[in-house]
Amino acid sequence: MRYHLDFGFIWKYFDKLAWGLVLSLELALVSILIGMAIGLSLALAHTSGGRAVRSVVAGYVEFIRNVPLLLLVYLVFYGVPSIEGFAYDATTSFVITLSVYAGATLVEVFRAGLTAVPRGLIDAGKAIGLTGWQRLIWVRLPTMFRIVLPSLSNAFVSLFKDTSLASVIAVPELTYGAQWINTNSFRIIEVWAVTAPMYLVTGYSLLFLLQRLERRFVVH
Amino acid sequence: MLFAIQSLPFLWQGLLITLEVSALVVAFSLVGGVLLGVGIVYGPRWLYWPIRVYSDFFRGIPLLVLIFFIYYALPLFSINFTNFVSVVVALAAFETAHIIEVVRGALQSIPRGQNEAAKTIGLRFSQRLLYVIAPQAVRRFLPPWINAVVDTVKGSALVSLVGIVDLMLAIQQVIGRTYRPMPLYVLGAVMYFAINYSLSSASRRLEARFAYIRE
Amino acid sequence: MTSSESVVRIRGLKKSFGANRVLDGVDLDVHKGEVVVVIGPSGSGKTTLLRCINLLETYDEGSIRVDGVEVGFRDGAERARKHRSDRELARIRADIGMVFQLFNLFPHLTARENVMLGLQKVRGRSAADAKQIAEQWLSRVGLGDKFDSLPGQLSGGQQQRVGIARAVAMDPKVLLLDEITSALDPELVGEVLTVVQELAKDGMTMIVVTHEMTFARDVSTRIVFMDGGQIQIQGTPREVLTATSHDRLKAFLARIEMKHH
Repeated sequence: MRYHLDFGFIWKYFDKLAWGLVLSLELALVSILIGMAIGLSLALAHTSGGRAVRSVVAGYVEFIRNVPLLLLVYLVFYGVPSIEGFAYDATTSFVITLSVYAGATLVEVFRAGLTAVPRGLIDAGKAIGLTGWQRLIWVRLPTMFRIVLPSLSNAFVSLFKDTSLASVIAVPELTYGAQWINTNSFRIIEVWAVTAPMYLVTGYSLLFLLQRLERRFVVH
Repeated sequence: MLFAIQSLPFLWQGLLITLEVSALVVAFSLVGGVLLGVGIVYGPRWLYWPIRVYSDFFRGIPLLVLIFFIYYALPLFSINFTNFVSVVVALAAFETAHIIEVVRGALQSIPRGQNEAAKTIGLRFSQRLLYVIAPQAVRRFLPPWINAVVDTVKGSALVSLVGIVDLMLAIQQVIGRTYRPMPLYVLGAVMYFAINYSLSSASRRLEARFAYIRE
Repeated sequence: MTSSESVVRIRGLKKSFGANRVLDGVDLDVHKGEVVVVIGPSGSGKTTLLRCINLLETYDEGSIRVDGVEVGFRDGAERARKHRSDRELARIRADIGMVFQLFNLFPHLTARENVMLGLQKVRGRSAADAKQIAEQWLSRVGLGDKFDSLPGQLSGGQQQRVGIARAVAMDPKVLLLDEITSALDPELVGEVLTVVQELAKDGMTMIVVTHEMTFARDVSTRIVFMDGGQIQIQGTPREVLTATSHDRLKAFLARIEMKHH
């Protein structure tokens, strides 16, 4: 194999990778926060709503989860502006897409979490005279969050990896930076030899840190 | 709307490619995943870490990164696969890692006592696997595996980025000709949805059927 | 094998889990037809001892011979001995039966199929023969109407009796019983112990780990008291249970008495 490893180009433009990584993390973070808001509201609506509400929520979840994320990215970025006259930049478009995607995944997580709250706790809340809303805020949600923390951690790391798709609409995250270096230098092995570990190390470090956090809070 | 219907034959060709890629990847990853999954749970000590590293590596990087890498790097090693083969290899390697985890989860969820009881009546390893472990593991394996199949179909959309004319790229190409993105994206979404939703429904029905085995 | 040779012969058995020495030099002989009951505080090594006999746990030093055959290793000089392969172990285990505290019935098979599995796949019986033998044994343990039941449909006591049938149908040389009533509701314990008592009367060689002192006193031919990984004292039920000289045994029996009152 006639190939001399030369990392020079990579280090010269390393800021594209470094800042790309930061952007990937930001995208993932914003998306999971919005996604949690969407997911939680819909999970609550589903649990307490009538048939019509449940069907709408289920429809949303099923649609988003069965369609490729890539298609959703294109649909929001190219498709929607063409019919509604919306205009947004690529980054905003991607955040909307990933948040909606995260929301659909998290509806299931939160639904399972809510049903897993022990009846005994809810009964105790009733027994001390808390209203439905109070029970929700003071008993059910805190307990639910502790139960779903592991799933949330996994979802976050998953979303972090999914941010790589933002590169196809030219959002300057990590994969985009790597591709830029790739096409401008053809240092293929070197660039992926640096980028892949960046994803690996970041992803597993996040998991590790989140697991340490879990140990303080998780209910088994 | 009419033009969208007119483009259906072309989209249909793309869909066939999507299905072909998905089927190949599912087949390879199933065989590889089961073998390596059994290997990591029941195999000798020295098998554990190599399989573990493989699994953690391919699950820790985005699929897109893997596809780009394989697409650009293989020719450098004088491996001149076609695009199609490269991409199937990348997807299969990726999915195998996920199947290993599904198999591992299914096997490890079976109480240790089952394997011990099977040993106690004199069954050899292959017999224990066939008559005691596998029947119980299959029930735990199928639902998450079907999820993985759905993920494979969704992941196959990424092959459009390296020039394979699957359903995703077919949609792009029609849009390129007609300048009407939204109807086509919606149509494409419906087509992907049709495939994947039927798979997930089958999974839910399977889960219900096996619920009678409650320990 | 002469009638005076042991079915199970254990010499100098030592086993550690990491830094924890669980078995610290155990010698034991079990003869045909004997019912040896092993008692002792938790952590004394009694369950580990049982599990070493059919090699569910490996042992570090010493020897366990069942019917003359060394269980864990192919014969060779002590230092150079090789572990047995899975195939060899399977053949040895076919002649050693075990009943578990948590039953461990195969949940996807009916009671009859649970008993038939070993008969067909290990003893090589035809399906018809295996069915007949299985039904005979299930009837003998009082489950003649439960052939087609799945474990999930049976009570704890019934499941344990299936477990006994499954082990005994294999015609083992020795039967190992690992706290088989500890996980049962009190009212179900009797039905299981009755079955074991009948097996003892029919001459089955058994090694029983249990907390049920009444059973130990009434059914066993010998009681072995273990503590700290060693056999502290053994003898007939009367000898052991009324021994006033042994402090640790007295303390252990006192604790057990308190629990049952």
